[in-house]
Amino acid sequence: MSASVNRIGWASVSPALLWTLVFFAAPFAAMALVSLSPKGEDGWSLAAYGQFFTNPSYWRALTNSLEVTLAVTVLSVLLAYPFAWILAFLVPERWQRLALMLAVLPFWTSYVVRSYSWLLVLAEKGVINASLTSLGILGEPVQLANTRMATVTGFVHFFVMLLTLTIYANLKQLSPNYRKAAADLGASGLQSFVHVILPLTLPGIMVGAFLTFVLAIGDYITPQILGGNNELLMPQLIMMQIGRRGDFASASALSLILMAVVTVAYLVCARWLKIERT
Amino acid sequence: MTNARISRRLLGASVAALAFMASYAAAGAADLNALVWCDHSDPNLLKPFEDATGIKVNVKEFEGTGAGLAIVEQSQPGDWDVMVVDTVDVRRGVERGLFEPLPEDQLPIADIFPEVLMDQHSRFDGKRYGITEKFGYNTISFNKAKVNPADMQSLAVLGNDAYKGRVAIYDYYLPVIGLAAMAIGKKTADLTEADLPALKEVLLKMKANAKAVTDVVASQTALATGEADVLIGGGEWVTAGIARENPDLDFSIPEEGAVLWSQSLAMFKDSRNKDAALKFIQYILSPEGQARLATSSCYWGMPASKQAALSADQKKILRFDEQPAFLARAQGYPAPSEELDKKMQDLWTEMIQAQ
Repeated sequence: MSASVNRIGWASVSPALLWTLVFFAAPFAAMALVSLSPKGEDGWSLAAYGQFFTNPSYWRALTNSLEVTLAVTVLSVLLAYPFAWILAFLVPERWQRLALMLAVLPFWTSYVVRSYSWLLVLAEKGVINASLTSLGILGEPVQLANTRMATVTGFVHFFVMLLTLTIYANLKQLSPNYRKAAADLGASGLQSFVHVILPLTLPGIMVGAFLTFVLAIGDYITPQILGGNNELLMPQLIMMQIGRRGDFASASALSLILMAVVTVAYLVCARWLKIERT
Repeated sequence: MTNARISRRLLGASVAALAFMASYAAAGAADLNALVWCDHSDPNLLKPFEDATGIKVNVKEFEGTGAGLAIVEQSQPGDWDVMVVDTVDVRRGVERGLFEPLPEDQLPIADIFPEVLMDQHSRFDGKRYGITEKFGYNTISFNKAKVNPADMQSLAVLGNDAYKGRVAIYDYYLPVIGLAAMAIGKKTADLTEADLPALKEVLLKMKANAKAVTDVVASQTALATGEADVLIGGGEWVTAGIARENPDLDFSIPEEGAVLWSQSLAMFKDSRNKDAALKFIQYILSPEGQARLATSSCYWGMPASKQAALSADQKKILRFDEQPAFLARAQGYPAPSEELDKKMQDLWTEMIQAQ
């Protein structure tokens, strides 16, 4: 490769490289250093990390986050796939654009407003409880808001839209010949789906699922508004360190631990489904 | 240079762009740049001052002293002129060398309820660094149509099973731990690590009865919508602003007492506009400023000055005339050491995580 080609290559990637250095690598390094300098101590130490492994409440925040995020991811996939399938194969071509627009309509409202709206729907005097009690199905209102279920509901509402888009795009790329070939070879509709369509759309599912996982596990707003703070997830625990005490070492350490979890999730997804091919 | 200092500088460097934007946003030299709580953003409070002095007040809101001090550390010296701070945290600004001594002879000190001046937290080496502007109580707020008001006169309500599933807890560990301390007969000022197991017992019992642990907005919403009938840690700051729409919302000062919250104004040592900063502090402490601050649209609270120009109706809602009796029973926020503070926050975390 000639020197000039090499220079052109560097010139092409340098804006992206600079962006990554300034807005990711440098803050990341700063955060790593801050995490090693515990509040109120002069020396370097791993104390901010140590508390995560020794304090069960901190560890619990991670398990809570993983439980909620996995539930959200699985439910979102299960709801989004049939939705995307209907959009891709059952809705007439000329209506698909409108249907897609309607599917993403909730994206147009503010995330915070949407979460508070869910709070009103799920509240003791909200739409669901009021309907069920007036129909006589419930004698007393039940607690729906301020629960983990409320957090999961708020998340799923958002991420079903995201997953629908990624899976729809994947389904539309599939040639109809795959299904025809499977049918010619005697496969039933179910067999064709399980053995042909599903494996071919798995990359799209996993890309959407990974995005869902990453965005949900780092989200502070939804669990804070809908979960009623009845349990802490990692982002809430991180915010708590900063609020009054300004303990940036603990907040940084917890953030890096969360980042490590996301990295592991990426490695698992990347190795299993080879995301880079999608 | 210590590691902590290096870390702070690195942190500062990493948010340099934000600091630049903040300083860019801070307008001309004649403007006043104020780091405030949401009650100071009310145009009804700021406009009369701006009209009278021609000084434009640029406000930036923050929650929590730690977050406020972080903004200051990430800014350029001189970016900020005044700051609202928990009175118990004035010391933190002084220890960092951020605050300017205030000229006491130019402030209406005599008008301020003596119980809320809290000199031990705002005067150091004979100099005053913070002046109380507003106060109130972290106590019990409730809907008197839904509860037995007599139950609200005792901190036994913290663990009263009769209200299981109808209680919300205000999500701020210091005042609620203070209430828990009073419930077991401890003084908030005397809390030590040895008290934590007994406090934990009260907090866990409280959580077992709670429907939610709520921030400021959610606390008000919970009471206003009937999602909760009792708010532990609430007070006039939750109920007074919505009392006209819902007269059943009230607060009590239990026989064991309540936790006194108090917010102060401080001036920055590096302020480029100290005259304007002092004028602003004087305005806030004036009878008119006090009335407007006390009834701010964000939250109501008791004015620090006995001379606040409140209407009779506003005084009734705030229970202004009962203050001497309330103050006699109130205790200050716990002011723990750094180490105990961390342990208290961890105890709070444990309470929230308890199922």
